[in-house]
Amino acid sequence: MDTMTIGSIMTAIFLLLGLFFFAGGTIGLLRLPDFFCRMHATGKGDTLAVLLSLFGLAIYNAFDGNFALPYILVSVKIIFIAIFWFLAGPTGTHAISRAAFRCGVKPWTLEHQFKEVEKE
Amino acid sequence: MIDMQRFFMGVSIALLFLVFLCLYRAIWGPFITNRIIGVGAIGTKTLIVLLLMGFIYDRVDMFVDISIVYALLNFIGTLAAAKYFEMRGKVQ
Repeated sequence: MDTMTIGSIMTAIFLLLGLFFFAGGTIGLLRLPDFFCRMHATGKGDTLAVLLSLFGLAIYNAFDGNFALPYILVSVKIIFIAIFWFLAGPTGTHAISRAAFRCGVKPWTLEHQFKEVEKE
Repeated sequence: MIDMQRFFMGVSIALLFLVFLCLYRAIWGPFITNRIIGVGAIGTKTLIVLLLMGFIYDRVDMFVDISIVYALLNFIGTLAAAKYFEMRGKVQ
């Protein structure tokens, strides 16, 4: 088994894990009952998915160029995007949820569910 | 040896399918807040799809810069929208 095959298998595992978390975040965005729950699903799920996918792609790029310097530099750039998104994603999530909370969006509680059941 | 070009193509198609699902929240989501998080989720998926396009066309060194710019613009756009609606004081 040569090194390229090892790199491809690691990339495949990381990308599929990232795809799994992306799918989880999207299902949460579509199905959860109110704004704050949806924020929670996409904020955490997408951040982890971006980290995993970018890490896998950086590994693939480094193995692809046999660890030559230009390829390593591109891999470092990809890792930089991952670190940036690791800081920026939760910050954006926090900013939107604070804006919504200050503007008076009520969080969903169990009482809402009971009221809906009584209405029916 | 795995055919990585086809694998990247498959992952891109799966991500674009998820983008179409997010588009429901971005268009019909009740009120502006749900639309903002729908657009943000589409932006994060586009970040990965851009890099995968770079690997498919063998021009990663070019596409990685586009991806960095897209990440920055997505973050700034989210912050600007949040700040604007916080200052306006009404989202629903």
